[in-house]
Amino acid sequence: MAELNARPFPPGEYPVVVVGSGPGGLQTGYFLSRLGIEHALISRDEAPGGMFRSFPIYQRLLSWTKPDAPFEPGTREYEWYDHNSLVAEDPQHRAAIVPFMDRSYMVPSRPEMEQGLAAFAENAGVPVRYGCTWESTRRDDDGALVLTTSDGEYRCTAAVFALGVTDPWKSPIPGIEDVPHYAEACAAREYEQKRVFVIGKRNSGFELADGLLPWARQVFLGSPRPVATSVIALSSVRVRYLQPYEDAGLGGGTFALDVALERIERTASGYRVVGSGTTREGPLDLDVDEVIAATGFATPLRDLTELGVRTVAQGRIPALTPYWESEAGSGIYFAGNATQGAAGLKKHGIGASSAAVHGFRYNARVMVRHLAETHLGADPRRERVEYGDLASYLLREATRAPELWAQKSYLARVVGADGATDVLPLADWLDHPTTGSRAIAVEMNAEGEIYPTAYVERGGEVREHVLPPHHLNDYTGEEHVRELRSVL
Amino acid sequence: MPEDLAESLSRFNLFADLGRPQLEAIADPEWEHQFSDGERVLRRGMSGAGFYVILDGEASVQIGGDELNRLRPGDFFGEVSTLLRAEPTADVVASGPLRCLEIPGPKLEAFLLDYPRVMFRMLQTEARRLQEALEWRS
Repeated sequence: MAELNARPFPPGEYPVVVVGSGPGGLQTGYFLSRLGIEHALISRDEAPGGMFRSFPIYQRLLSWTKPDAPFEPGTREYEWYDHNSLVAEDPQHRAAIVPFMDRSYMVPSRPEMEQGLAAFAENAGVPVRYGCTWESTRRDDDGALVLTTSDGEYRCTAAVFALGVTDPWKSPIPGIEDVPHYAEACAAREYEQKRVFVIGKRNSGFELADGLLPWARQVFLGSPRPVATSVIALSSVRVRYLQPYEDAGLGGGTFALDVALERIERTASGYRVVGSGTTREGPLDLDVDEVIAATGFATPLRDLTELGVRTVAQGRIPALTPYWESEAGSGIYFAGNATQGAAGLKKHGIGASSAAVHGFRYNARVMVRHLAETHLGADPRRERVEYGDLASYLLREATRAPELWAQKSYLARVVGADGATDVLPLADWLDHPTTGSRAIAVEMNAEGEIYPTAYVERGGEVREHVLPPHHLNDYTGEEHVRELRSVL
Repeated sequence: MPEDLAESLSRFNLFADLGRPQLEAIADPEWEHQFSDGERVLRRGMSGAGFYVILDGEASVQIGGDELNRLRPGDFFGEVSTLLRAEPTADVVASGPLRCLEIPGPKLEAFLLDYPRVMFRMLQTEARRLQEALEWRS
């Protein structure tokens, strides 16, 4: 009983309650503590790590952490090379994944990631009430949110749900109910000598294909949309995607099919997959030994839709405001992978990195500051920039700031007329700019060219100024400074 | 369970000639976006915009806050700036919750060439808009 009493955050009233102890929840708890905001962080798990306690199923991440890089671990710039560690204000709490990597690969294994997250929670001091399961939610007449949990009720002004996108989700194909989901896939050796059809051509589908390459006799990946190999070649997921593709190109045992599935039938020896080609029309039926549904995951929203949380992606992801709130003023916020529900501008079709740690760790910092200001009346401290130095300052940020590079056209460095500066969601600032404010973002066009873009408010209108790229991505030179000064 | 995206698309004139496999190929969940009341979907003068089809809700076409037109489910916008690679000349603002399918600007050309029947119906709509504009002038 004494041990139970020692658990932090007993049920009661808190300004903010955070649910989840994966990277999104830990990062949120960290920034709330740094702002001195009283909160409770609860989790149904027994230890930190969230999805990384069990996934990826074949134990190797997609996103890289490079132990040796042009900048030292602990610096702000090192975050460019470390897509997996959570971010911290104190340099000694940064790059927490790095010491656990055995360097057999530049992407961490699942256990290395889990250990790194646990070390961050321990060293940066992010207490969590483990073994406390959120069960239901309601809004009281006074507007307070009430979370009922296995330990009792929590009342709060704002709640942050860092639930991951972790509920196995299957697309509505007749017969798919008899097929195991990615989350239930067996060890790769179990597929020895088998023909396997994987439904889905996204991360989890290609992770399975990659894992099965040494074992299965033949692997088919099938979904309606073609894979954009030119896009994948530039992204961190190429590690998983392109290996099976090479096998396909060399006439090997892998096929990536553009097919709309009509149904899946059981046969005496396995399954028959029945569909129609999309990119190339015509019937496409296959007899296989095993089928695995790598059809993705959904955010476990429980009863939140009854409180007005809308969704996108066929109900899988909460639809969010640019500050990752379900509806402005609702006090229902999301952190972690679900922050992809705020799509941002997607200029030139380039999306944000909010579905990955290296994107959502920065969203958490921006969200916590916004939540504290709008719901709790806090006034977070902001650095000030001298006007004479403004162009150089903005260009330095565009050259160095990891959050602007991770979240292109999504997060922007904004400087107000009084010189106060902050990182904000670009979409929201463009719609509600303060008088005389300016912003800079790092952007990319469809050809893959990267360049800074400045935004200047004048008379209620924001003007966009696209600045030239630089061969070493260094925008601090005289040419850029002169051009930016002329538009500021 | 929200309505299947391919099912939503099948009701619109723009996609009326497509079969189920093609609709499923277009119905990319990553292309579905939800906007809150007052949020801008298309921003006047900003580069890199896309092409949008309204799935649910209404949007207001505005210049300097003055409404020029209202758009409803099945209507599309953003094609002029995307095809001409120019910045939009008006804002499009969500009026109430708005759900759209977005085809990213750089993908529109390949999309229209892949689905010529969609391109034909789009052209018909453009012709109708031009006709209305000419009638209004005369």
